[in-house]
Amino acid sequence: MANVSLTNLHKSFDRTEAVRGINLEIADNEFVVLVGPSGCGKSTTLRMIAGLEEITEGDIRIGGGLVNDVPPKDRNIAMVFQNYALYPHMTVFQNMSFGLRLRKYPKDEIQRLVGDAAEVLGITELLQRRPKQLSGGQRQRVAMGRAIVRNPQVFLFDEPLSNLDAKLRGQMRIEIKRVHQHLKTTTVYVTHDQVEAMTLADRVVVMNNGLIEQVGTPSELYHQPKTHFVAGFIGSPAMNFLNCKLFKDSGSLAVSVGDILKLQMPADRNTRYEPYLGRDLVLGIRPEHVHEKRAGNEVQTEVKVNFIEPLGMETMVYFTVNGVELCGRVSPEADPRPGQTAVLSFDAGKSHLIDPETNQVL
Amino acid sequence: MTNVTRNNGALSALLGSKSNIHVNRRWALFASYACLIVFVIFFLCPPFYMLVTSLKTNAEIANLATNPWLIEQGVTTEHYSHLLTETAFLTYFKNTVIVAFFVVAITMVVSVLAAYALSRLGFWGSGVMATGVFLVYLVPDSLLFIPLFNIVGGLGLLNSYWVLVLVYPTLTVPFCTWIMIGYFASIPKELDEAALIDGANHMQMLLKVFIPVALPGLIAATIFAFTVSWASFLYPLAYIYSDNQMVLTVGTVTTLIKGDVFHWGGLMAGALLAAAPPVILYAFLMDYYIAGLTSGATKG
Repeated sequence: MANVSLTNLHKSFDRTEAVRGINLEIADNEFVVLVGPSGCGKSTTLRMIAGLEEITEGDIRIGGGLVNDVPPKDRNIAMVFQNYALYPHMTVFQNMSFGLRLRKYPKDEIQRLVGDAAEVLGITELLQRRPKQLSGGQRQRVAMGRAIVRNPQVFLFDEPLSNLDAKLRGQMRIEIKRVHQHLKTTTVYVTHDQVEAMTLADRVVVMNNGLIEQVGTPSELYHQPKTHFVAGFIGSPAMNFLNCKLFKDSGSLAVSVGDILKLQMPADRNTRYEPYLGRDLVLGIRPEHVHEKRAGNEVQTEVKVNFIEPLGMETMVYFTVNGVELCGRVSPEADPRPGQTAVLSFDAGKSHLIDPETNQVL
Repeated sequence: MTNVTRNNGALSALLGSKSNIHVNRRWALFASYACLIVFVIFFLCPPFYMLVTSLKTNAEIANLATNPWLIEQGVTTEHYSHLLTETAFLTYFKNTVIVAFFVVAITMVVSVLAAYALSRLGFWGSGVMATGVFLVYLVPDSLLFIPLFNIVGGLGLLNSYWVLVLVYPTLTVPFCTWIMIGYFASIPKELDEAALIDGANHMQMLLKVFIPVALPGLIAATIFAFTVSWASFLYPLAYIYSDNQMVLTVGTVTTLIKGDVFHWGGLMAGALLAAAPPVILYAFLMDYYIAGLTSGATKG
């Protein structure tokens, strides 16, 4: 096991800069997820750690040792690919033992290591099959088996669940978590699926345009996003954003969204928000903080429901405020109907204010 | 009641469209089989004619009044025995096997290594070179044999079947490389990356991953190289004069056509025996051949 350290990491393809200076410390045994939209540089970063892409600038250290010019095979890492990358002409056993055979491990040692890994993943009965005889989930397990059999310092996962259906993805997520808890190997996992990121990670690294936007625990990213991008990227459905103005209202601070909505900001934010008085800002509020009328002194407003998404335990309500479509999350008992009006409460205490010039959350 | 009627109407419309699809499918199958039968007859006529003629007596072949498609005056094997015992046919056969073996071996080693380098190593200019390799194949042998005559003459290889081992790869290597580039390109890049991380070097990756995965392409390329070296006519005609160095294509013709006298029975028997090895090879490896060629065509 080892820590991974990325210092001022850059990667350019011709004139395109895919990674633009990343600094990241990944602790021993940690499960870190790199998440971001397509083209944000997360896979390139992972491939640089693996040694599959040359580094344009910066340093990568694994277990304290500089590995910039070390070939992949000598980095003592293992990688699981999105499309499994199993050798189609080999059996599961041969696939899992390929790396060990190349490293000239003794035969009985190979048998033992592959057997142990297969047992951890529950694929012992598949060892003599070929990849084409396996389902997607089984193939992904074999790919993981090939990775864990060598007991590497670091596991690298490149969107390993993207090819699986939703149900299997859920199962495999649990499987990956279980394997990590069992082996405690340092893991770097790349995904564009923020649900995967939130459920698997000890820490999530949100990337955008080749840069790290924020690093934090899933809870930190969800509740205390630092930038407009992170606030919008983390959470499903996404956070609602509305243009607003900050003003003073009978001694405390409030924001107004046109003439339609006025939210009183909590008093403990006064010092933070005061420099922005009179400025045009962006109000961010998550769908679960826009809900049906409840006891309390939240701001309530009447809206016309555009359409609804009943999910069983809750219903998503879509409505328009000041020309922007917003989403709220209400109890099914509230029974909102498309085309009808509904009274919704905005929980101002859970909202965020964003400076549109710097895109930073205030 | 109205609902029931409407439902029945929808059901019968659905059944109607299903039976239409069924009828269309049957017609498509019928048309396919009809075309295939015409094709099979067309392509089997020459070998059938060869077989029939090779089993006829010289007298019957010369008699224009007889039906050329039937043996009416008794079957004879005299042409085969003449060919095998009184001509150098077996020497030609042996020479052809030697040439084909070496050409296939050289071609496969060179083209597999070239295709791997061009498709996977991604060095500067590899894309242009890959196109260049294919363009080289488009230069016909009828243009090449004159300048090549000077080269092989200078090397002192004229009138030896080893000249064919040297010059046939100019025809086979470009095409086989092109087939293999297409095939290697169809192998996901993650497979070599997985092998790299597993600890393989380039040669191990080629031998343990690429070649087994690209086996259909490899077989297609092998069949092509074999066919070219087995059936080429121009180069042996231009470079070889002695009987003991001749290969089947030219040897059979020069032995059995004397001036304006054509020994049709012997020619047909020789052609039939010469065609047998490629036919057998094709019959066993046809599926691989088609898979290899189509993959090369679409992914190349």
